[in-house]
Amino acid sequence: MERIPILKLGDCLLVSIQVDMHDRLAMQLQDDLTARIAATAARGVLIDISGLEMVDSFIGRMLGNIAAMSSVLDAETVVVGMRPAVAITLVELGMSLPGVRTALNVEKGMELLSASTADGGGHGPALG
Amino acid sequence: MTQTGTALLAEILRRDSQSILTEWTRLQLDSMATRRELMSEAELVQQSRDFLTAFTTALATGASYDAHSPIWSSVREFLARISDSRARQGFTPTETAIFVFSLKQPLFNRLRTTITDATALAQEVWTVTLLLDSLGLLTTEVHQKSRDGVIMRQQQEMLELSTPVVTLWDGILALPLIGTLDSARTQVVMENLLQRIVDSGSSIAILDITGVPTVDTLVAQHLLKTVAAARLMGADCIISGIRPQIAQTIVHLGVDLNAVTTKATLADAFNTALKRLSMTIVKNPAGAAPASPASASASQR
Repeated sequence: MERIPILKLGDCLLVSIQVDMHDRLAMQLQDDLTARIAATAARGVLIDISGLEMVDSFIGRMLGNIAAMSSVLDAETVVVGMRPAVAITLVELGMSLPGVRTALNVEKGMELLSASTADGGGHGPALG
Repeated sequence: MTQTGTALLAEILRRDSQSILTEWTRLQLDSMATRRELMSEAELVQQSRDFLTAFTTALATGASYDAHSPIWSSVREFLARISDSRARQGFTPTETAIFVFSLKQPLFNRLRTTITDATALAQEVWTVTLLLDSLGLLTTEVHQKSRDGVIMRQQQEMLELSTPVVTLWDGILALPLIGTLDSARTQVVMENLLQRIVDSGSSIAILDITGVPTVDTLVAQHLLKTVAAARLMGADCIISGIRPQIAQTIVHLGVDLNAVTTKATLADAFNTALKRLSMTIVKNPAGAAPASPASASASQR
C-alpha cells in the first residue's frame, strides 16, 4: 500500500509529499505521523508540499489537523514550499491555516524549527 | 410605389451628384466648424464622395429602402469604417451621425423640386428619412462599439502595467499598488507577487498602498487574502502607505487588520523588514567615502 515516507532528522521529522494526495493517503499520513511523533518524541515536524499541485478543502483541513495534533504532542509543525496556485486556492476556500507556521523552502523551515526548538529548551538537545 | 421611388432618387443622385456633394460637404463643414482640426477638408470630401457613390449604386441596383437588406451591405460596411475611424479621431457620436443626417437637406431639396404632387412628395420624404435614419443610427452604434473596444484595450493594458513587483533588498520584495483594487486586479497582483516570492526566495513582502485612492471593505478583504496567501507560502507581508484618512476609514468600517503588520510609510516597513532579517543600515564613519549609498551588515541569527 502507498505510503508517504517520514524521515527522522535530529529531533525533527521530515515529511515530503511528492505525489498528489488523495483522502486515504492523507488519513494514513495522519496516523503514521502521530505515531512517529509519539515514538520518537520529536520536537518539530516539517511538511514539504512543494510537489503538491492540487489541494481541496479536505487536504487543507488535514494540514491544519496535523499541526494541531502535533502541537498536542508537543511538536511544532512547519509547512514549507507551498506553490502559489495552492496558496491562492486555500485562501479562496477560506482556509488560511491560522495555526500552521510556514516557510518558503526546506532550508528556511529547518532554520525556523531549530530556532524555536532551541528557544523551547527542555529535552530537545538531549535527544540530538 | 417604392420601385419608382428608388429609381427616382437614384436618378436624382446621378444627375445632380456634383451639386449634392458640394452642398452636403458645405453643411458638414458648417456643423463641425469648431472641430476642423480633427480632419482635413479634402479627406471629408473624399469620404462624402465615396459614400455618395456607394449610396447611389445601392439605390440603382436594388428596389429596397430597407437599410438592413443585403443590397445595402456595402454602404453599411463603408459607414462602419468611417464611424470607426472617426471614433478614434475623437469625434463625438453626434458629430459622426451628422455625417449621414446632413445629407437629408440636399436630398429633400432635390425631391421637392422634382416631385410636384404633395402626397407623393410626403411619401418619398418619409421613406428616405427612414433609410437615412437607420444608416445614421448605425454610425452611432459602430462609434459606440469602437469606443468600447478602446476602453477594453486600455483596461487590459492598465492591468498588465500596474503590477510591478520590486526587489528592495535581498529577501525583501515591494509591491507598490496604484489605482483602485478590484477582484480581477487583485488576482493578477496576487499571482505576480506569489510567483516572485517563489522565484526570488524572498521572505518578506511589502504591500505599499500609497497609490490606492480608497480602501473599502472589499479592497481590505482583497489585501487580507493576498497577505494570507503569501503567509501560506512562508513569506511575511507588511502593509505600508496607509494615509491617516484611510486609517480612519478602516477603523470605521470595522475591518480587522490586527493579523497584519501595518506601517505608515514604505521606509518604516523597509526598516521593519531589515530588522526581521537581522540586518541594519549603518552610516559610514565620518570622512570615509561610502562604497555604496547604503551599506547593510548582515548578521547570522
